Amino acid sequence: MIISVASGKGGTGKTTVATNLAMSIGPNVQLLDCDVEEPNSHLFIHPVFEYKETINTPVPEVDESKCTLCGKCGEICQFKAIVVIGNTVLPFEELCHSCGGCMRVCPESAIKEKDRVLGNIQKGRRNDLEFIHGILRIGEAMSPPLIRKVRSFSREGGVTIIDAPPGTSCPVIASMKGADFVLLVTEPTPFGLHDLKLAVGAVKILGIQCGLVINRSDMGDDRVKIYAKQESLPIMMEIPFDRAIAEAYSRGELIVERMPEWRGRFIELYRRIEEIVSNQE
Amino acid sequence: MKELVIISGKGGTGKTSLVAAFASLAENMVLCDADVDAADLHLIMSPDANKSSDFQSGHKAIINRDKCTECNLCRELCRWNAIDEDFRVDPIECEGCGVCYYFCPEEAIDFPLNTCGEWFISDTRFGPMVHARLGIAEENSGKLVTLVRKEARDLAEAKNLSLILTDGAPGVGCPVIASIGGADAVLVVTEPTVSGVHDMERVVQLADFFKIKAVVCVNKYDLNPEKSREVEEYAGRKGVGFLGQIPFDPIFTKAMVQGRNIFEYDPGSEACNAVRQIWEKVNRNILS
Repeated sequence: MIISVASGKGGTGKTTVATNLAMSIGPNVQLLDCDVEEPNSHLFIHPVFEYKETINTPVPEVDESKCTLCGKCGEICQFKAIVVIGNTVLPFEELCHSCGGCMRVCPESAIKEKDRVLGNIQKGRRNDLEFIHGILRIGEAMSPPLIRKVRSFSREGGVTIIDAPPGTSCPVIASMKGADFVLLVTEPTPFGLHDLKLAVGAVKILGIQCGLVINRSDMGDDRVKIYAKQESLPIMMEIPFDRAIAEAYSRGELIVERMPEWRGRFIELYRRIEEIVSNQE
Repeated sequence: MKELVIISGKGGTGKTSLVAAFASLAENMVLCDADVDAADLHLIMSPDANKSSDFQSGHKAIINRDKCTECNLCRELCRWNAIDEDFRVDPIECEGCGVCYYFCPEEAIDFPLNTCGEWFISDTRFGPMVHARLGIAEENSGKLVTLVRKEARDLAEAKNLSLILTDGAPGVGCPVIASIGGADAVLVVTEPTVSGVHDMERVVQLADFFKIKAVVCVNKYDLNPEKSREVEEYAGRKGVGFLGQIPFDPIFTKAMVQGRNIFEYDPGSEACNAVRQIWEKVNRNILS
């Protein structure tokens, strides 16, 4: 079972929900932090890392001695990542999407592929929990290939919890696609509701069941609840604003470790997700 | 003309609320919402659109089944596994690279331009605003960010305005890179938490990578004064200006619920005083 924890708006509590849920259920649980631009789950899980891998993406390298400056590479490239200017061919590797088109179209076989570093992946453990995250290289724009690589660590047969990035565009889709359930963490504010609607739209496009966690549920207004009712979205959990929770979070502490009474609530949250997913099958 | 971009690394630290508050303090300014993926500034600004335009960018492959001979070449060439066994292209997976379209021996693949969002030039009670909406699950957020920033710049020039105040996206990837290139400075709004500090460090590194001046401020500083000091110390070590800190104050949420900024809600509040002091430093250090 794959549960993706997403939100639309940033800072609503995705990481809080993903980490506490992962630490409350088990054994045979994995936590994948797919927010590769700003991965934070490790700050709460404190895993012991045992494996690290650099993740690359292929980009063109031109053998100028073979190149006849025919310009076909520049013609096929949709991303302006390779151009012929005057008597030279210039690859702009940071713009390259790694489609391999230029290499294939080159009539002189003058183009090979070399690696551009996207970032790296680390794998580790905290007791029974397996933890994997990706870290995007600073200056690198393209996160989806790195996210897909993190997701390739997902094991069948257990529970995989995914901490997704904020937003609703390609990195979020890459973090939700193929999940059995999406848990949308929101807050009862106009910003929270607006971005929640976008996130629900994305989940619907992917055809995945979803439910809501309302964080800081006593700040703001009741429009998120009205919306949930209209759309028949189940509210799976509410977390009231509690300065003790906010302060524990600020120090990198898990709620379930600081306040053990929360463990039961996260187990119950998992049980409700399981129920919805099994009813659907 | 100067452009100040508000970013944060971590989401939810208060970028948009702070931009909305600055709107009450800044003069001769155009507002620009460059968080096209989850744009929220309009919820406070209630913009009245004078002009709206489709945003077209990139292409998507569509296989014409009448011409397709199922030779399978497209499926072999596609590096995104976007073409299924029935030779249908999944538009979400399609990267728009055109390789299938280019090499299909039957010319059975169309490659139309994709409309992936909308952008607007509007009036607000604080001045003009350029903003956009990226379609759900669409790509090309970076290009839409580049477009709204260019339109904001053109508008500022046409109206002889001296400041572009840009609300950026969370993270350090494509839309953030597109929102800071060529800006005069970025103001990083962080929070005093392990995540806030971690993400602030990465986004300060990003600004440094692109050689853009960065300054930092802390929101909700009293949730963990010790972490706030860590931010200040980090800024000191890196030679990044530390512009001050704002207390945790429910008026941000209360004002937002009413569609107002904090100065419209309660100008005498402690949070407003803190924001005023930060703005004075922005004026002194960046805008003058």
